[in-house]
Amino acid sequence: MKVIVCIKQVPDTTEVKINPETGTLMREGVPAIINPFDQYALEEGILTRERHGGTVTAISMGPPQAREALRDAVAMGVDDAVLLCDQRFAGADTLATAYTLARAIERLGGADLIICGKQAIDGDTAQVGPGVAEELDIPHISYVKKVVSIGDGRIKVERMVEGGVEVIESSMPVLITVMKDINQPRLPTLKGIMRAKRTEIKVWGLEDIGAEEGRVGLTGSPTEVIRVFTPELRKRGQVIEVPTEEAVAAVVRKLRELRAV
Amino acid sequence: MTGIRIREDVCTRCGECVAACPFGAIEITGGTGATSGLPRVNDSCTLCGACTDSCPVGAIEIARDSGAGPAPDHKDVWVFAEQRGGRIAGVVFELLGEGRKLADSLGQRLGAALLGSGVRGLAPELIAHGADVVYVADDPCLDRFRDEPYALVLEGMVNKYSPNIILFGATSTGRSLAPRLAGKLRTGLTADCTGLEIDTETGLLRQTRPAFGGNIMATILCRKARPQMATVRPRVMKRAGADPGRAGEVIPFAVDSGRMRIRTDVLEFVEEVTDTVSIEDADIIVSGGRGLGEARNFSLIQDLARAMKAAVGASRAAVDSGWIAYSHQVGQTGKTVCPKIYIAVGISGAVQHLAGMQGSEVIIAINKDPEAPIFKVATLGIVGDLFEVVPALTKELRKASGAD
Repeated sequence: MKVIVCIKQVPDTTEVKINPETGTLMREGVPAIINPFDQYALEEGILTRERHGGTVTAISMGPPQAREALRDAVAMGVDDAVLLCDQRFAGADTLATAYTLARAIERLGGADLIICGKQAIDGDTAQVGPGVAEELDIPHISYVKKVVSIGDGRIKVERMVEGGVEVIESSMPVLITVMKDINQPRLPTLKGIMRAKRTEIKVWGLEDIGAEEGRVGLTGSPTEVIRVFTPELRKRGQVIEVPTEEAVAAVVRKLRELRAV
Repeated sequence: MTGIRIREDVCTRCGECVAACPFGAIEITGGTGATSGLPRVNDSCTLCGACTDSCPVGAIEIARDSGAGPAPDHKDVWVFAEQRGGRIAGVVFELLGEGRKLADSLGQRLGAALLGSGVRGLAPELIAHGADVVYVADDPCLDRFRDEPYALVLEGMVNKYSPNIILFGATSTGRSLAPRLAGKLRTGLTADCTGLEIDTETGLLRQTRPAFGGNIMATILCRKARPQMATVRPRVMKRAGADPGRAGEVIPFAVDSGRMRIRTDVLEFVEEVTDTVSIEDADIIVSGGRGLGEARNFSLIQDLARAMKAAVGASRAAVDSGWIAYSHQVGQTGKTVCPKIYIAVGISGAVQHLAGMQGSEVIIAINKDPEAPIFKVATLGIVGDLFEVVPALTKELRKASGAD
């Protein structure tokens, strides 16, 4: 079983604060982390290897610092890690990112199972996983909450949808995007951390993955961000500290006003 | 030619741009001030322009491709008419409402792409809600939603009729299908939009969406590739009204299921057994958090929700403690909800939670800590002991509904 996990290094958005005076994002001192959903993807990759044998490779596209995220992945237990890093990859939207990751996966000889987190917490698009599958011409299953079984070149999973769960079976190779209730990611062991220090993180550029220059980075991106702004803050409402009866009366009054009672 | 340039002769090395960049793409070495180096732009730059706005001396220039002009052969605004088991998803009526406005301001038609098995009969409902044309692919292989056949059929429709814009609901279906289709068509796709409008000068679709957990908003264009595609967050756009007398055209689209390669199978659909509404569709959500203290106290939330016919939500803390299933989690790593009324009980309001619910119309918060951040977004905040307020409120509401 050959597994490839796609990960992204992201700023810890829970640490991102807004400068109240200028209304701009304050990024200084915000730690870079492995996208939380990708932690579940890595764990599922490692679990799959433990159950079915084989190898797990982590790949990421990003600036040179993203090597640290891959090192953390090695510390968790993946066998191998590749960073896709090239000036020409810069400014990629989801289409160009999916294309680039797909070329790298091909260069790695493909995989039986490709795992992505359901979305990254900085962009929140959830588009790269399905995009990679399309580019590789393999099926994908998104929002997977449980891998039920793998065997005979087939995989059975549970997929979370509005109002319930779908049980889906697919042939492999397949790409899945995973949610956070799929597993409990392990912490790196001391041995893992030592190994991560010794492991060389491969760095591949445009030529290494045989990508077309016109399809990567800014040039390969049909979408363009033209404006970024801080959302209007909600108007501060009324906050009251009164005895229980009065508090209940205030809530009921509000609900009546809204015709919810 | 596109690109960003910082003019060395003008830049004062003040560092404003470094702080303003939402993507951490500008670096300045040697501190700020006259002795430092010129700010350098790294690979993370998306040319969003936040730095040009922040620069006090106008030293940053962004050159954009101004060649706009939608290709003239791409016309009409389409919505993907998502349906499950022969019922049109609620978000589709919101897309029709929004799509109608976009189509009117472009002077183009509003189309609906309807895929499924035995769904032809749904076309009049789409026309009544604003569609001028409904393209129907009706085939047994489209019975349950599967990404591959749906994407293939839509690709065929798009290639045949060349729409200018396609909107999808940002549901588990839309967010899975749209990127697959965008990949086939090699066009742009913007996720989870909360604002759409036509640029009056260029006729391009301006797509606005939250990013960074709702901390910033970004407006995105797809200048050249067609169709311009977006998924749209449910419950944000206004639902189209129905006019049963409206006329429209129904165009069948032939599907050659024999030639379709389908590698996934939906074996079954297990409905989540719950006596309340699911949080995505709810008008009212009652959510519980850490302040409840222990698992059994979560029944207070369930009781209140039942009294109001509301859905049950939860903060990450409550889910991580195992008090309720993950499918109820509201927030950045859970679901984003926009109900009419959101009642937060014992939830302090961490940024991650706010990201998932601050689009609610009215927020009522009950918390004992007057400093809790939830009060900053609350329409009505009650500082008090939830163990007293909530049961009393439930009782009052039961009485009220009994009296109705």
